[in-house]
Amino acid sequence: MTNRQLRIALRNCGSINPERIEEYIAGNGYLSLGKVVTGMEPKQAIQLLIDSGLRGRGGAGFPTGLKWLYAMNSEADQKYVVCNADEGDPGAFMDRSILEGDPHSVLEAMAIAGYCIGADKGYIYIRAEYPLAIRRLKIAISQAKESGLLGENIFSSGFSFDIDLKYGAGAFVCGEETALIHSMEGERGEPSLKPPFPAESGYLGMPTNVNNVETLANIPVIFEKGADWFSKIGTEKSKGTKVFALAGKVNNVGLIEVQMGTTLREVIFDIGGGIREGKKFKAVQTGGPSGGCLTEKHLDTPIDYENLVANGSMMGSGGMIVMDEDDCMVSIARFYLEFSVDESCGKCAPCRIGNKRLHELLDRICQGNGTDADLERLRNLGEVIKDTSLCGLGQSSPNPVLSTLDNFFEEFESHVRDKKCPAGVCRDLLEYFILEDNCVGCTACARACPVGAITGERKELHVVNTAICIKCGACMEKCKFDAVVLI
Amino acid sequence: MSSVKIELRKDQVEKIHAFCDQCGNEPGELINILHRTQEEFGYLPAEIQEVIADKLALPVAKVYGVVTFYSFFTMIPKGEFPISICTGTACYVRGAEKVLSEFKKLLDIQVGETSADGKFSLSCLRCVGACGLAPVVLVGDKTYGRIAPDDVKEILEEAGGARTRGQGD
Ligand SMILES: Cc1cc2nc3c(=O)[nH]c(=O)nc-3n(C[C@H](O)[C@H](O)[C@H](O)COP(=O)(O)O)c2cc1C
Ligand code: SF4
Ligand code: FES
Repeated sequence: MTNRQLRIALRNCGSINPERIEEYIAGNGYLSLGKVVTGMEPKQAIQLLIDSGLRGRGGAGFPTGLKWLYAMNSEADQKYVVCNADEGDPGAFMDRSILEGDPHSVLEAMAIAGYCIGADKGYIYIRAEYPLAIRRLKIAISQAKESGLLGENIFSSGFSFDIDLKYGAGAFVCGEETALIHSMEGERGEPSLKPPFPAESGYLGMPTNVNNVETLANIPVIFEKGADWFSKIGTEKSKGTKVFALAGKVNNVGLIEVQMGTTLREVIFDIGGGIREGKKFKAVQTGGPSGGCLTEKHLDTPIDYENLVANGSMMGSGGMIVMDEDDCMVSIARFYLEFSVDESCGKCAPCRIGNKRLHELLDRICQGNGTDADLERLRNLGEVIKDTSLCGLGQSSPNPVLSTLDNFFEEFESHVRDKKCPAGVCRDLLEYFILEDNCVGCTACARACPVGAITGERKELHVVNTAICIKCGACMEKCKFDAVVLI
Repeated sequence: MSSVKIELRKDQVEKIHAFCDQCGNEPGELINILHRTQEEFGYLPAEIQEVIADKLALPVAKVYGVVTFYSFFTMIPKGEFPISICTGTACYVRGAEKVLSEFKKLLDIQVGETSADGKFSLSCLRCVGACGLAPVVLVGDKTYGRIAPDDVKEILEEAGGARTRGQGD
């Protein structure tokens, strides 16, 4: 086994005290900022970033250097640098860990961005749900100001840069950059049509460069060690590393940072230590509510932006949830869709109405009322929502459904044709049954049943009448002999 | 909007005005002002929204639009022990749904509601970043990890019990 773990974005997390700027500086911190503002032209610095091949870690994977170039080329008196720390993907906490463990790396990168695009003001848009990260950032900003690494005339170069915090308030869609900018302006966080891109017209109508936390955390090292060093790591089109929040049914859960091109198998079985309790691997979900579920046959695919998209998922921000044989993929698809329905801002109809209808279809299937035509509808409606929604939320919300349809079609078929949930999750498709071997005839279940569906003599086998049973589970709770099962 | 009309005291109104002043009475700072106000009052009833709208010279509808857009803002007072259940993906996969139904059952309230005695309120969160401990439940600032439905009763008793004891002395 080759060790594919490499810490670039997480290089300082856990090894330095994030509340002491001295410790960050001792590890070459702010060296890159000094190097750039005193010895490089903005164009030259941006070229270095382009050469490094760094792409955005916030989801779409847009080349970071190019984004900076567009912002640099936009003429305006005032420009802004924004750090997207809204991290809304449920089950992901990479950005939080970086902000809590190494806030200065983000500040340093924002200042470099400011110098390159010609901005003197930066904002970090952070979730209000991250109080510790907020505290650490405030400490870091004030220490950097005291040390003259933020503020007026940094490194006596004539370049000034200041950073403030803006708070999110619990809306996933605000992670989308145009929505984020509206939210920064005190508005409802509804996305708007691109173009114009924020690089032309962003915060208060001014050119604005929005980058993700993890993207930024990579930047000081790239300037320290060079574009060549960085571009040697990873695959042809995806350079560097990616941090994933590995969770779900694996033995080792937590944050990992691996080189691009590592396979899912290496992540799940080598680093993650395989599936818990010796169960069977079933699926891995990447990209959160915008991503898809990959299966056994994708395990040896090297992880990079293109491969994940080609297989119906996406890199997203780095959530990686592993599922085992006990998970019902129809329910999982429904879970993600419920999230998208909740979080849809409602501005455009395909997403607002379409996702709701998709969710209803999945509900129906989980309840055993689905038909073959519903499966067809799921796919068609999903495609339409993807094609016609205004922002990335709607454009990707059907992915969990479409990818499970692709990879787990038999499971949908069982729900629809046989009215069975093979994983034993969908309650409406399960029946309570009393095992002859375990039942001692204590009558506890029969007494617990609110509708009198259980019959049987004392000390003899009891039986559930499934026609009367309302599936409340009272019998199962009461049975001390594990005799009541759901099948 | 909440059904009970509340009267804001003069000093409370002044406090809200002070928050607005500190933010330069900038409409662009609305979200910041709402955060501070909610921190102070615990929730944002219609009456408070009116004061803010007035001070920033914004239509109340605009303030209401923002308050209702963001799930962090609430117009219902939270219980003395606000319970939040993480329904993020990691927690979902590890059984958060069952834990949530147990809370609903024992408290006899739905998500977003507060129990009649004002003691407990129930809400859902999407990932608190403790996925390794899934499923996760927060009671106030206290985090409980690896919760099974069987643990729910104990959690409620622990929170409620602490209060009864506090009242005893
Ligand atoms: C619905 C939606 C949610 C998003 N959430 C986030 C987020 O939480 N964090 C983030 O950095 N980017 C998020 N993005 C991506 C941003 O729009 C944007 O592409 C990103 O911040 C750009 O930074 P990068 O180029 O460094 O990746 C989201 C996009 C969409 C469509
Ligand atoms: S796709 Fe959804 S979230 Fe995006 S603008 Fe439309 S309704 Fe809003
Ligand atoms: S999903 Fe519950 S803590 Fe992350």
